Amino acid sequence: MSTITARAWTSKPASSSVAPTTPLLPMLWMQTKAQARVFWRTPAVSLTGLLMPLMLLVFFVLPHAREPWQGSISVGAYMLAAIGAYAVSSVMVFNFGVTVAMERGQKVDLLMRAMPLPGWVFLAARVIGALVFGAVAMALLFAVAIGLGGITLDLATWISLTWRLLVGALPFIGFGFAIAYLASPSAAPAVANLLFIGLAFASGMFVRLDQMPGFLRAIAPLLPTYHYAQLAWGAIGAANESGAASVGWLAGYTVVLFALAGWAYRRETLRRFA
Amino acid sequence: MNPATDNRANGAVVEFLGVRKVYGRTEALRGVDLAIERGELVAILGPNGAGKTIAISCMLGLRRATAGTVRLFGLPPTDDAARSRRGVMLQESGVPGQLTVRELVELFRAYYPTPLAATDAIGLAGLGAQAGITAAKLSGGQRQRLYFALAVCGDPDALFLDEPTVAMDVASRRAFHETIRSFSRAGKTIVLTTHDLDEADQLADRVVVIDRGRVVADDTPAAIKARVAGRRVSFRSVDRLDVAAFADLPVRGLALGGDPPVGAASETRSDPGALVRFLSTEPESVLGTLFARGVRVCDLEVVGADLEEAFLSLTSEREGRQ
Repeated sequence: MSTITARAWTSKPASSSVAPTTPLLPMLWMQTKAQARVFWRTPAVSLTGLLMPLMLLVFFVLPHAREPWQGSISVGAYMLAAIGAYAVSSVMVFNFGVTVAMERGQKVDLLMRAMPLPGWVFLAARVIGALVFGAVAMALLFAVAIGLGGITLDLATWISLTWRLLVGALPFIGFGFAIAYLASPSAAPAVANLLFIGLAFASGMFVRLDQMPGFLRAIAPLLPTYHYAQLAWGAIGAANESGAASVGWLAGYTVVLFALAGWAYRRETLRRFA
Repeated sequence: MNPATDNRANGAVVEFLGVRKVYGRTEALRGVDLAIERGELVAILGPNGAGKTIAISCMLGLRRATAGTVRLFGLPPTDDAARSRRGVMLQESGVPGQLTVRELVELFRAYYPTPLAATDAIGLAGLGAQAGITAAKLSGGQRQRLYFALAVCGDPDALFLDEPTVAMDVASRRAFHETIRSFSRAGKTIVLTTHDLDEADQLADRVVVIDRGRVVADDTPAAIKARVAGRRVSFRSVDRLDVAAFADLPVRGLALGGDPPVGAASETRSDPGALVRFLSTEPESVLGTLFARGVRVCDLEVVGADLEEAFLSLTSEREGRQ
């Protein structure tokens, strides 16, 4: 069929009273589902988000997984926490940095703004979708670490690592959002890659910090990725700082990055929708 | 039911009171007053850049008026209670290309309190065969129909359509008009913009003409058509032609010789062979009279006046009155 079907309208008559309100939970569910599908069907997000950490683990960590790192901590456990941090935060940065920028480019945001869709539903759906995606990336990573690498941790440590990775990823949502609204839609993926991979390297997620040049070791403790990795290492007793210090830094970064994202978003709103 | 909501339900769907919209030094809307009542089928007509899209963006709460008041169902146009009673089709908006037609319709249904069944909305837009295809793979015309499905899937009381038929072929357009009429017969309110006078004429009960940020006419399609000069006539006069030959004839924008802008008759006489142009709603009777007065012509052309010319005559008429 190639044309709009001409046929009589068979809906409710135009209502004579005020319309009932739309239930919000089903709306949030549908929005989250749609968002998850968009993530899943964007290879730049799903393939890199799911496969990159696995590749890092398989190529660089598994051969040395059983070697001792320090004390009773194995290289496998130490690097699993680091790559886990990389995996979950990269999902946040790219989900928001790449897909939000893409939707800006396609003017999806224009139609969404015209919908009776509360802003918090839109944002919550994105956050939930990204957290679920991050959890999937983490679960895959853990499965490969256990199955192929024989990396063993006790149950309490697995659970501790899981929540640390998920909660600590919060500032990276702001990071991704800020990139999406500050960079042009076509530049955003490249900007996100450069900035984020640079940060991950400089925080010791891929290479031991003590093997890096002095100036990097000096600035590392200022980076959000550093404190996120420390939070993850805390689960296996390998952190350089207390859990409270990591959480404090990350909370501060959450405020700063979300404020930056909010500012960039308002700037865009004024420009296009004032 | 409390009287306030009752009132709101019976009031106008759209109200504009002295609406102005300024961008930098450009005045896109220059004091627009407009009320669109329930059940009306209104075409907002104007040439490109006249302010139609800005006007509809203000109605939808996508743009904020610099001055004046905009109400949608008696509420601010950004209020979700007002928004959940209207569907929209925008120019140049997009949907996530990774989602299929059905997934998108299911998603947009969830934004509305009493939506249509997804299959019905897809069927109304004639996309039954494309339901499983992702939006990125649709053709331009199919994509336009997807936007229509998204506009109606909430079964809203009012539809706002910004240049809805732009990418449609003739058959799609005709069927689309039929669907719009049935929507209208069901008592729904429809506001659409177009720069096609014929489309406004065929479809609407009421035509609001916007030009350069002002409402220059607001009337039935028949009345608007009668007021705009429908045809542009041009010929070369074989002999020297005097303006007196046009005495008492229903013409506008007469130009004798040269290439003055339409609407400003600059000369009172033409040289032999010079181009003569004018606008008229009755070109046959005008030419008949000219021939009877002994005017000899060659290179005669009678074509539909484009909207720019039609508006020019409406605008100059209005400015003449002021």
